[in-house]
Amino acid sequence: MTHTPLHLVAALEGAGWHPAAWREPGARPRELLTARYWVDLAAEAERGLLDAVTIEDALQLQSEDPFAPDDRTDRVRGRLDAVLLAARVAPTTRHLGFLPTAVTTHTEPFHLSKAVATLDHVSTGRAGVRVQVAVRADTAGHFGRREVPTVSRDRHDDPEVQRFVADQFDEAAEYVEVLRRLWDSWEDDAEIRDAATGRFVDVDKLHHVDFEGRSFSVRGPSITPRPPQGQPVVAALGHAEVPWRLIGRSADLGFVTPTDAADAARLVAAVRSEQADAGRAEETVHVFGDLVVALDEDEATARERLQRLDEWAGVAFTSDAHVFTGTPSQLADLLGEWQQAGLTGFRLRPATLPHDLEQITRGLVPELQRRGLFRTGYEADTLRGLLGLGRPANRYAAQPTNA
Amino acid sequence: MPKQIHLAAHFPGVNNTTVWSDPASGSHIEFDSFREFAQIAEAGKLDFVFLAEGLRLREQNDRIYDLDVVGRPDTFTVLAALAAVTERIGLTGTINSTFNEPYEVARQFATLDHLSDGRAAWNVVTSWDAFTGENFRRGGFLAQADRYDRARSFLQTALELFDSWRGDEVVADKDRGTFLADPHPGAFAHRDAFFDIAGQFDVPRSPQGRPVVFQAGDSDEGRDFAAAAADVIFSRHSTLEAGQAFYADVKGRLPRFGRTREELLIMPAATFVLGDTEDEAAELAHEVRMAQVSPATAVAFLEQLWNRDLSDHDPDGPLPSVDPVAGENTIARGRASVRMHRDPVATAHEWRAKAEAEGLTSRELIVEVTGRQSFIGTPATVAATIDEFVQADASDGFVLAPHITPGGLAPFVEQVVPLLQERGVFRTDYEGTTLREHLGLPLRQPGGAAAAAS
Ligand SMILES: Cc1cc2nc3c(=O)[nH]c(=O)nc-3n(C[C@H](O)[C@H](O)[C@H](O)COP(=O)(O)O)c2cc1C
Repeated sequence: MTHTPLHLVAALEGAGWHPAAWREPGARPRELLTARYWVDLAAEAERGLLDAVTIEDALQLQSEDPFAPDDRTDRVRGRLDAVLLAARVAPTTRHLGFLPTAVTTHTEPFHLSKAVATLDHVSTGRAGVRVQVAVRADTAGHFGRREVPTVSRDRHDDPEVQRFVADQFDEAAEYVEVLRRLWDSWEDDAEIRDAATGRFVDVDKLHHVDFEGRSFSVRGPSITPRPPQGQPVVAALGHAEVPWRLIGRSADLGFVTPTDAADAARLVAAVRSEQADAGRAEETVHVFGDLVVALDEDEATARERLQRLDEWAGVAFTSDAHVFTGTPSQLADLLGEWQQAGLTGFRLRPATLPHDLEQITRGLVPELQRRGLFRTGYEADTLRGLLGLGRPANRYAAQPTNA
Repeated sequence: MPKQIHLAAHFPGVNNTTVWSDPASGSHIEFDSFREFAQIAEAGKLDFVFLAEGLRLREQNDRIYDLDVVGRPDTFTVLAALAAVTERIGLTGTINSTFNEPYEVARQFATLDHLSDGRAAWNVVTSWDAFTGENFRRGGFLAQADRYDRARSFLQTALELFDSWRGDEVVADKDRGTFLADPHPGAFAHRDAFFDIAGQFDVPRSPQGRPVVFQAGDSDEGRDFAAAAADVIFSRHSTLEAGQAFYADVKGRLPRFGRTREELLIMPAATFVLGDTEDEAAELAHEVRMAQVSPATAVAFLEQLWNRDLSDHDPDGPLPSVDPVAGENTIARGRASVRMHRDPVATAHEWRAKAEAEGLTSRELIVEVTGRQSFIGTPATVAATIDEFVQADASDGFVLAPHITPGGLAPFVEQVVPLLQERGVFRTDYEGTTLREHLGLPLRQPGGAAAAAS
């Protein structure tokens, strides 16, 4: 059997994804707002040759209630802007990709486009962005610019709420279209510095993007030249048809949440179908499986540790993603099996930091390498390169005329 | 005790002082340029580096203006990355109050302040035009009269957000299992004509409490805005007389807002040209001016005053014989400076009289009248002049705008800074870690009160 290496992304979030992660002996809960903490995590991810890290974000305080603040005092609360965190950490690394989360619902695509382009410049080609919609009324209240129906558990199937959520995802697709057009709005060789004519740029190589969407328009061009990768990587997480459509239409990288190998096959097929419907069947769109991982050298230790965390948390841990508890080698078995179902990589959410990240980089990665399932050195300088995505042609560049 | 001088470094770029045609001129986009520039400034113990911003590429005659540097990176993102490659120097970003929302800007500045251990500053600018607004989904733009009303409301809202965390909420007590001392931190509610927002701010209090606030407008409203709310003014008035007049005007406004003279620093933009002798410096300065005003740039300047297409005009001949088109300036878009020509016809007549009297071509005239070179001379005379200006209350220091990216600041740092240090008017090392400390400004407690000196 031949082995296709799989891709690995570590999902960074606070002290880890378990709500009691911050109480672990190795946790650094007082340092979550310091650069040092994140620099150390990125260095660890890079030591493990991971493709990238994602950084969670939202325009509101963390909450276990998906629809409202929870006022808990026993959980990590408070965070930093993920794009800026990535920019602060990127210059301390050389190969690792960065996929900070950005909310599309309340922000300006013009600002985010130049921010991600700039992240690509400061990381010399290792930037991307994970886009996310925000449907909560409390988040909307921080901006006061749009009316939002109150979304709650009991109204989840309410057609008004469903339509509202679908609209946010449609808007996110338009938003990504604006990001992408703005990234292309400067051709690569637009800067000419022609001393003879006094012209710094060739204005014929700068393009208005003239986006006209359902709810907004953007003129362009960007104020920031085309980023080194041409198009930074766009990622999105999806649990249902509406977000899968966003992945199929707009993303280079989709994160899905399978429960087992058969489910993984089903989710991959669902994304592929959306991709085909969007006319992108020929393009590379990665589909990665999301997993929360609690890892130790033997399975019993991992289980005990998770149990202790659950006791601290006062509740058994559940997640939108499958929670894997066991050894790195057992996890390697599972990843190999799910890969056969069509996933091209995984986004692993460490239950605790730095412990479970170190288990990934020092336990899982060597195990996958032994099986021929993971790189033994960085083979490219850019995130697109690591993901096997070529550098795309500029949509506005004059096509070479056929003689 | 002489006044201590504050010095900062403006990253060159989209303006008419930057000489991109010089062989030594590097990228204005690649991070290495920013890194090198900031590290030179930090080696000189300067107070901060400064980034300007413009949210739409400038146009002239309905074409993108291509004679200056075009393009710049995102301000916040570059400053966050610079925090990784510097340790002490302040990081000042120009961020507009019309095309942003307070919640997002406040979390970006609070984040930058955390990630730089207290070195963030915000230059609040108010460009409001519909031309720029076309880049934004909010589409929002303002009547000119409303720009400072929104800016005031925006800044006030952002300060409320910064202050919504007191600084003692995060306890992270692992044994007790208590992360927060307050179940509902960051609560805020702000309602006025511009913003109706409420909820919880999500970034805990940053090292400086509030980033340092700059203002850079020049109108009467702009000066009042600064006197009421800014820590530093970035001004255009770098000559002795204009500087003193501006300084007296703005410092004189402070009592009306219950503030003392020490609470607001005035730092004009300034350029410099150094030489081994006065003559050599003067010669170099002329070369720089000629490089800044290419023949095409001279014509572009004329168009901005004449408010009409002069693309066929000969820059090496006399000034245009027709008069400027009166009324709203429609030729140049996306730049603030055209509004400075308050009476274009009168200015054109002055320019013509000067050109005829001195026998100047159009380009030579433009070199003369748009010259903004502040300090030209040997390092010794430049150091003495800067010191004299500050001691004479023409400013509290200067924001230096070198004309070459990224190395143009190095001669100043190597040759002038040591002389200012010998004079005892500039620090020989950073004393504090935060920008507020470099500027001698108090840390801010919630509610805006200055922290008691410890
Ligand atoms: C020295 C100086 C620098 C400025 N830099 C910027 C800038 O980088 N970006 C910007 O949008 N406006 C900039 N401005 C414009 C103003 O900040 C201000 O918002 C605008 O001129 C309107 O205010 P006013 O009418 O009070 O001058 C600058 C102004 C001055 C005096």
